[in-house]
Amino acid sequence: MNILTLLEIVAAADGDRVALGDRDTGLTYAGLLDLAARTARRLDGGEGTVLYATTASPAFPAALFAAAWTGRPFAPLSYRLAGDPLRRLIAAQAPALLVAGRAVLDLAAEVPGVTGTGPDDLLRTAATMPPTETAAPQDPEAPAVLLHTSGTTGTPKVAVLRHRHLTSYVLESTELLSAAPDEAALVSVPPYHIAGVAGLLTGIYSGRRIVQLPNFEAAEWVRLAREQHVTHAMVVPTMLARIVEVLRADGGGLPALRHLSYGGGRMPRPVIERALELLPGVDFVNGYGLTETTSSIAVLTPQDHRDAVASADPRVRRRLESVGRPLPAVEIEVRDSGGRPVPQGSAGELWVRGPQVSGEYAHASHLEEGGWFRTRDGGWIDEDGYVYVEGRLDDVIVRGGENLSPGEIENALIAHPDVAEAAVFGVPDEQWGEVVAAAVVPRPGARVSAEDLREWVAARLRSSRVPALIDVRDSLPRNEMGKLLRRVLRAHLRPAPRP
Amino acid sequence: MQLNPGQRLRSASSEAEVIVIRAPKGEVHLTCAGAPMIPFEQAQAAGAAAPADAPPLLIGKRYCDEEGTLELLCTRGGAGPLAAGSRELAVKAAKPLPASD
Repeated sequence: MNILTLLEIVAAADGDRVALGDRDTGLTYAGLLDLAARTARRLDGGEGTVLYATTASPAFPAALFAAAWTGRPFAPLSYRLAGDPLRRLIAAQAPALLVAGRAVLDLAAEVPGVTGTGPDDLLRTAATMPPTETAAPQDPEAPAVLLHTSGTTGTPKVAVLRHRHLTSYVLESTELLSAAPDEAALVSVPPYHIAGVAGLLTGIYSGRRIVQLPNFEAAEWVRLAREQHVTHAMVVPTMLARIVEVLRADGGGLPALRHLSYGGGRMPRPVIERALELLPGVDFVNGYGLTETTSSIAVLTPQDHRDAVASADPRVRRRLESVGRPLPAVEIEVRDSGGRPVPQGSAGELWVRGPQVSGEYAHASHLEEGGWFRTRDGGWIDEDGYVYVEGRLDDVIVRGGENLSPGEIENALIAHPDVAEAAVFGVPDEQWGEVVAAAVVPRPGARVSAEDLREWVAARLRSSRVPALIDVRDSLPRNEMGKLLRRVLRAHLRPAPRP
Repeated sequence: MQLNPGQRLRSASSEAEVIVIRAPKGEVHLTCAGAPMIPFEQAQAAGAAAPADAPPLLIGKRYCDEEGTLELLCTRGGAGPLAAGSRELAVKAAKPLPASD
């Protein structure tokens, strides 16, 4: 099955429903299919990858489905990357058609085998052409989307998502036209993020109108959510933290919002608790997944959130820190560094398998025997099957043989009333191998002292978790998706000589 | 016939169309409303009609055999039922999940 078939089914079943944009003047499913058919005609005769290096607009689904229609892979790229790295990624995909804004087109002008067009030009020329008459190829093994992983710990890798991975994910997690006609989803993650691609496909298949926000900015997000009566949205943790601040300041609320999902990184517990308090009528969903697993592999449902908040049982309450349970077609196991399953409740590395799991990079499959993919995420699973993700295994701090995960120490620090943000990481130490270091951003106007923060953590966690080094900063280094760059902090904070 | 994932088929006697999601190895005798299914590209024979009391296939529903080795997605509704050999395919139970992206 081709991902285009998902759009064809919806267009056949309810073609007049609005798929994209404003609820009165937006593009319908039939209109989007027609646009994709004309864009496919525009792509006829070309070869290679369709690169998309610009913000979300109707050109994003048009180019994605036209690529699928003509049997070409679609590769969204981060247009925020600096010149040389972006040019290298573009050159690596040649031959290719590059859809991008002026600056990126100029950057790639000299790259052999790459022809360029602006997103508006693409749609303008497509509109003058008749729809393609060629049927889409139906090879489920063909690569559909090539995504660059965020590469927070090294060079980005190109994950290969085949048609079968994406269609399995959509069919296993979504029911056709299950959204009510008044539902609208605000998509503010960029096209080069797995949630941007998966959210587009599940939104279309469920019949939920998509409102695109090309560049996330919290006040604009809130304004658009109110104007477009947005009922559903997906945000990464840093976005939610900023939205919460805007809502707190203006007190206006989000009356139409029913459903808010979050993922793409660890959600600090104080942030989600503040959001739950501020938006009491909203269903919260935590989705955990990786680029290589075609988006979510586990979800913490709205009922899970409500049960956790209402419960006095610490075992149920702590589920706010879990990512919920695996999707029906997905298995998750915890294994040790040698690949052996660990006893129930013990921590180790999360392994995953299922029809949506690609685990494949350009030129190399990283699937283990039995179809398992090693996530490189540490975690554990409780007796009720709730999965707890402790973070990247590379981020685990090994202090005197004890494994410490940054997350719980960060939660303790963020719970301090004067702390806005905190990041915890290991730095080399002669005595312990590694010790805990923390970078802390105070709330506006507040002052914090290292001694005060150490006492605060010591009152809540075991002494091994108390940061030996504390760096008070104005901000934390993050990539453009808000993912923390611990390696930058590590390089900045050299261990101080021991007294 | 031999089925392959991605293959599209139509009913010989009703409006129904399906796409193969999962297929077992070997031959499958796939029927819809009692008549063998035909390739998507092939036109229906004139005068073919499904029985009036035939149960409908619903667009967007997935139909599977008991073993889960054969799975079809209905891409256009029409009279059914779908059957592999003598065994009718059943609707795959929906497990609705909250949207997470």
